[in-house]
Amino acid sequence: MEAAVFISSLVDCCALIFLSVYFIITLSDLECDYINARSCCSKLNKWVLPEMVAQALATVLMLVSTHWFVFLLNLPVASWDVYRYVKVPLGNMGVYDPTEIHNRGQLKSHMKEAMIKLGFHLLCFFIYLYSMILALIND
Amino acid sequence: MSTQGYANPNSAGNNYSMNSSQNGGGAAATAAPAAPAAPCQNGPGQTYPAMYPASSYYSSALPAAYPTVAGHNAPPAGKTPVSSTGYSGNYYQNSSGPSPCPAPPRTHQYSTSNAPVQSFQQTAPYAMPAGYYRQTYSHPSQGQPQPQPQQLQPSLVPASSGNNLNAPLYPIVSYPSAPGSSQYGTLRSSQTAAEQLPVSTGMPLTQSSLQQYSQGIGTTPTPAHLGYGAPPLSQTATVNGQSNAVQQHYNQNLHNPMSHHYAAAPPISQSPDKERPPSGTPGTSVHSSPRHHPGGDSSSTTTGSASPVPNSYESVEGGGYSDLAAPPTSVPAKQAPPFGYNYPTMHPAYQQNPAPRPDSSPSHGGYNPPGYQPYSQPFPSLSELSSALGGLGGVSELEAETLRPVNLLQERNILPPKHAPPPEPNLSNDLRKVNCSPDTFRCTLTNIPQTQALLNKARLPLGLLLHPFRDLTQLPVITSNTIVRCRSCRTYINPFVSFLDQRRWKCNLCYRVNDVPDEFMYNPVTRSYGEPHKRPEVQNSTVEFIASSDYMLRPPQPAVYLFVLDVSHNAVESGYLNVFCQSLLDNLEKLPGDTRTRIGFVTFDSTVHFYNLQEGLSQPQMLLVSDIDDVFIPTHDNLLVNLKESKELVKDLLNALPGMFTHTRETQSALGPALQAAYKLMCPTGGRVSVFQTQLPTLGAGLLQSREDPNLRSSTKNVQHLGPATDFYKKLALDCSGQQIGVDLFLLSSQYSDLASLACVSKYSAGSVFYYPSFHHVHNTAQSQKFQKDLQRYLTRKIGFEAVMRIRCTKGLSIHTFHGNFFVRSTDLLSLANVNPDSGFAVQMSIEESLADTSLACFQAALLYTSSKGKRRIRVHTLCLPVVSQLSEVFAGADIQAITCLLANMAIDRSISSSLSDARDALVNAVVDCLTAYRANGSNIQPSGLITPAALRLFPLYVLALLKQKALRTGTSTRLDERVFSMCELKSQPLLQIMRMAHPDLYRIDNMTEQAALHLNDSVIPQPPLLQLTAEKLTREGAFLMDCGSVMFLWVGKCCNETFIRDVLGYPNYASLPSNMTEIPELQTMYSERTRAFISWLLESRTFHPAFHVIKDDTSAKTSFFQHLVEDRTESAFSYYEFLLHIQQQMSK
Repeated sequence: MEAAVFISSLVDCCALIFLSVYFIITLSDLECDYINARSCCSKLNKWVLPEMVAQALATVLMLVSTHWFVFLLNLPVASWDVYRYVKVPLGNMGVYDPTEIHNRGQLKSHMKEAMIKLGFHLLCFFIYLYSMILALIND
Repeated sequence: MSTQGYANPNSAGNNYSMNSSQNGGGAAATAAPAAPAAPCQNGPGQTYPAMYPASSYYSSALPAAYPTVAGHNAPPAGKTPVSSTGYSGNYYQNSSGPSPCPAPPRTHQYSTSNAPVQSFQQTAPYAMPAGYYRQTYSHPSQGQPQPQPQQLQPSLVPASSGNNLNAPLYPIVSYPSAPGSSQYGTLRSSQTAAEQLPVSTGMPLTQSSLQQYSQGIGTTPTPAHLGYGAPPLSQTATVNGQSNAVQQHYNQNLHNPMSHHYAAAPPISQSPDKERPPSGTPGTSVHSSPRHHPGGDSSSTTTGSASPVPNSYESVEGGGYSDLAAPPTSVPAKQAPPFGYNYPTMHPAYQQNPAPRPDSSPSHGGYNPPGYQPYSQPFPSLSELSSALGGLGGVSELEAETLRPVNLLQERNILPPKHAPPPEPNLSNDLRKVNCSPDTFRCTLTNIPQTQALLNKARLPLGLLLHPFRDLTQLPVITSNTIVRCRSCRTYINPFVSFLDQRRWKCNLCYRVNDVPDEFMYNPVTRSYGEPHKRPEVQNSTVEFIASSDYMLRPPQPAVYLFVLDVSHNAVESGYLNVFCQSLLDNLEKLPGDTRTRIGFVTFDSTVHFYNLQEGLSQPQMLLVSDIDDVFIPTHDNLLVNLKESKELVKDLLNALPGMFTHTRETQSALGPALQAAYKLMCPTGGRVSVFQTQLPTLGAGLLQSREDPNLRSSTKNVQHLGPATDFYKKLALDCSGQQIGVDLFLLSSQYSDLASLACVSKYSAGSVFYYPSFHHVHNTAQSQKFQKDLQRYLTRKIGFEAVMRIRCTKGLSIHTFHGNFFVRSTDLLSLANVNPDSGFAVQMSIEESLADTSLACFQAALLYTSSKGKRRIRVHTLCLPVVSQLSEVFAGADIQAITCLLANMAIDRSISSSLSDARDALVNAVVDCLTAYRANGSNIQPSGLITPAALRLFPLYVLALLKQKALRTGTSTRLDERVFSMCELKSQPLLQIMRMAHPDLYRIDNMTEQAALHLNDSVIPQPPLLQLTAEKLTREGAFLMDCGSVMFLWVGKCCNETFIRDVLGYPNYASLPSNMTEIPELQTMYSERTRAFISWLLESRTFHPAFHVIKDDTSAKTSFFQHLVEDRTESAFSYYEFLLHIQQQMSK
């Protein structure tokens, strides 16, 4: 049971890592002017919701399996995801808005956010991996 | 002529392409980065997706090359068949009563697919036989024609495959078929042609015009402008006495500086080509234009020139009919006497008693009249200023003055009696002379701090305010085969580059050393060789280049105008249709464009109506689409028609339109579907869509709900709904922007119409927004007149299509936020579907790297656009500013007006993204922070009082004015739409207009004397001093003029001088004055003439006519006047003095 929880969160975490990398690549493409703001934002906005769901899934998994430490680790990231999704103004085209992404250093802050998330997911990945191995051995 | 007009740039591109590997092959407009290896940067791929089917253009399958052809010929897939069968109910002829459009057989409407595409004869220019591109090369070392077979192929050929003869050592300019120019044109061979040059050239003298003065516009000469722009050239201009509306046209290879053509006359060739040196290549050019006939064409202006572009640029391009803006040219008048009054009058009450004449009372403030001496010098008399100050010593004096501490709590008369010119950058005289005009390009800090840390210490915003497409009275136009640009950062060569030697120049933005192309060695102005630093590009900071086809992604589009008109009951009731149709009829001839200009109309209520205006029809036909959920274009032909060919039908339609809907009962408005239809209609070409809307859109996509709660209009708490309610309009605008369609919105409504959402359609497609609250043609004549005059200007003003603007700055500086109407396509590239001369832009900057190793910071804005005549042009402005390392110098160079405008833009962003109260707090904090920073760093500062440097003494006043501006005020009842419109204006207007909106100018005009008056063109323009915006300055005996930019008030006091009322206003006494006067009658009295001269002088500098209101003291309308007196207290806002105390209190926290 324990092992199953961590295996599934490991898979979830892998998906999140890939997603973070994808975000970083796309944003840096925009930074280097390889793609334009419009297509970049429509690409990224598609993945905002899946990312949020995946993050929430990991959080919930940890909650139900009562791994409090990992749960508390995940909670701020999950709530941040939900917060920024809810806070999108009515007229914007999603979390990433092509008309604003070049303004007020938004591109940079998005980039920073994606980087931090990547780091976080990597950390989680190793925690899950360790816990999984531990659980498998204990079984 | 359009054929020729198009052909030439194209052929130039052909040449250019051969060198493309060296010059970066900038196919993607100004955007082109240097590396051709990155396909997504260079190729069409960098452009907006699906912007153009780019591949097709450069292929030589010509008739198909222009995507529109295909697009238009194709029947709308799936739509036409359906509508001709099952949709007949939805799609019928409008046979309603008064319609003058008879119903023709339906089949006629659907004859789309095979109809002769009459409106597409404009594609003919693009459809040139390949032979057209044939160029002949003259090789200098051989002096013989070298036909280049490769050139037959009109495609971008990289240099490697292009011309084997060219050993690509440095950027090579190849001159097509240029007998006269070939000698020095291609110096690629090892022999030094420079030495040969005088020998072999045999400069064909008097062949062609060097400068063409396109006059034709009867603006008054503004001599003061000669100081600006082109110092050496303006002399030529003065010689000719043609200081007005001059476009100097440099042709690359022209040799005779003495031959000035006045464009009013047809270009006459001074001499036939017989003077061509026999060594030159015989005229092997196959240009079809007659002037390229080989032997002695008598009507040539560019004979022998390799110029790819016809240099007879007949009229002032595009805006030939617009009033050219001539900024007010104040003549250095002698210092007006200081006027003051007894100071601690804390809350100036509106004095009912006659106040003393301001200048008769003694000055109690420490206001130091000589202190203004440097400022009272107007910009154009710059040389006087610098000579008077005598170089550097004078400059530091100037600096000392701007740093003079001012205690705001003690000095009341801080407002200069005249408009202070913007601060001068502390540069050497040479640089100062060539620097960009402050009307075009302004920086908030004329001394750029060296590091971000220093900037943070000063707590002032760093940014630029641009007005790039301003109507200019003088603009050097350069036709050149190679536009010289830095190879690494693509900066255009400008006056601030340094020439290391004859052959190399150093970019002033990225410091790369570049080669000087051979072509650039020749100076067409002085006819001399080897003086690259005397070229017009290097002598003027504002120049315009005629671009080659490398700067095109598709052939330049024709001018296309589509008018989308609301014809619902509400619209008909307001009567705007009459005004609009009449205005358009009057200005139909003056619409900027050429023979390819196209026009179309769409009207909508709950359905969308199209008008078939095919040439040959007896009457316009109305086609009606009622399927608004999935709107489609009923026929792809003849909805956008060639204006020239279908002029009669267009006129018929405009005459009939107002009557067609008089009895409509339709109250719904399907704006969204109409916009979608407009988008589909314009998709293939791009162009301008003008939308006239009179109510909230209630049907179809993009429908909106009323969000305004009238009870909260005067709430002091937060204002809701400043942002858009839906992303429909934003998405549509981005689609439009991608297809080069600009949408201008005219909102004429009395009810709430959710401008916050609607304005998005213009905001992101680089359009403009016009708002006429409670417009009615009878009940609101002032508004109606304003609408009419605005339309006049709108229809005739210059326009640029498919434009992009790139702002580059010195390495180390970077732009982080843009303000204005556009779509930011990449980090420094603004996509402007349309560009108009009335819009301004602002950018915020940060300092990323220390600028310690440089003493000058430069900014360059390059605007690439297609003129209404179908030419691709690049307008380049370059601004140069000194870099400083001391905080005091940063303060000394602060440009308070620019700072105020930038802060206003930032505050509006903040109020939309966060909240209005946040934005207001941020504004106050900006002042507090800045003054605290000054106090913390000042040395000789008194312990008490509110001390500012003199350069910033108006800062608190302007910020207070902003806080009381309609956009940002709280507590005063403000309708949401008006507030949002005011925000739109602040974001998109040029600086001067913003300043007038925020802090209006107040003058007393009942006692104007000729003392210190301006004398311009025999007319005497009195110069009354600017008054502070407080009721204290008003007297019942006076009449006061307040100039708020888009509206002017003439306030007449109760006991106003009867002579004034009689002589100027035309009424016997105060009591008989009507309460709704909207203009000053033209009376033949001295008083009246003087007043009108003054008012028209005020109007000269602006392009839109303000509404004019005469306000009696006792009418209810006077609140609209008094609300602009920003220094006074209102129920909800501080007076100026209270505000200062508030700041002081905040600072001591």
